[in-house]
Amino acid sequence: MIGTGKIKQYANVLDKPLGKGKQEVSLSAFAFLFSELVQYNQTQVDNISELETRLEDAGYAVGARVLELLCHRDKGNRRETRLLGILSFVHSTVWKVLFGKVADSLEKGTEHEDEYMISEKELLVNRFISIPKDMGTFHCGAFVAGIVKGVLENAGFPAVVTAHFVPVEGQQRPRTTILIKFAEEVLRREARLG
Amino acid sequence: MAAIYSLYIINKSGGLIFYKDYGSKGRMDTNDSLRVASLWHSMHAISQQLSPINGCSGIELLEADTFDLHCFQSLTGTKFFVVCETGTQHMEALLKVIYELYTDYVLKNPFYEMEMPIRCELFDINLTQVVQKDRVALLGR
Repeated sequence: MIGTGKIKQYANVLDKPLGKGKQEVSLSAFAFLFSELVQYNQTQVDNISELETRLEDAGYAVGARVLELLCHRDKGNRRETRLLGILSFVHSTVWKVLFGKVADSLEKGTEHEDEYMISEKELLVNRFISIPKDMGTFHCGAFVAGIVKGVLENAGFPAVVTAHFVPVEGQQRPRTTILIKFAEEVLRREARLG
Repeated sequence: MAAIYSLYIINKSGGLIFYKDYGSKGRMDTNDSLRVASLWHSMHAISQQLSPINGCSGIELLEADTFDLHCFQSLTGTKFFVVCETGTQHMEALLKVIYELYTDYVLKNPFYEMEMPIRCELFDINLTQVVQKDRVALLGR
């Protein structure tokens, strides 16, 4: 147990143990920061798809780092090699650490073999955002899609990930679905592994 | 039955950024609501000067024959005021709740430009819910 006396000083910051850190971050602080991120990117681009790409790239960087951190902290440095393994890792562990709860559902696409969907009633990043009508199909969840892409790609499962609104009857606000489309090589490898 | 007749939000320069009308009487068109908003903004500013006590923060309650007007000014100068039936209770609390909704669904929205008219779907949805809840609670009291 860490002693009650002096805190052990580490000569090299890399030797310090990786603590769990503060579990809670102010939602308002994050919402303002994210809002600024979107506003800043809006000034740099000419159209909506470029804006989505930028948000996705920002998320990709987060995803890559989150994968490293969680592999070390929560999974004891074990590497996922199976498709379902990595998907359930994203759906439960990653979501729990980032958003405080597991994702609402994980489904396999019916039309294509390589499509999987994570759906959520409302993404945390979208909680306070109302998209104006003239923005069309723009989805701030592109940031979260980027995070998922970052995790998957750095774990060895290259994929194209996008975020979509899915209207639900009986509810005013549509659900959000993160659509994951794996690359050919992933499916071939999965088939080979049996 | 409606205790609240209308809700106005004006920015720090006196321009109307949000107007919602709940009663069937006294419905105003856009131009009239803009005029009323700037009128109130001026009266509010004048009252701060007229007050015999230093450090007055402006009119909080205006009582008339047929209606009451409760006003809440935030630290940034944005004013929220509601026109309601005479003698309606707990309007200050309602205004504080509406201020919270404003900070959440308007200010955290990246597509909202400061001091511009409010066009946020989430703000409208939540505002309707709050006013509805307040109306139901009032009937119960």
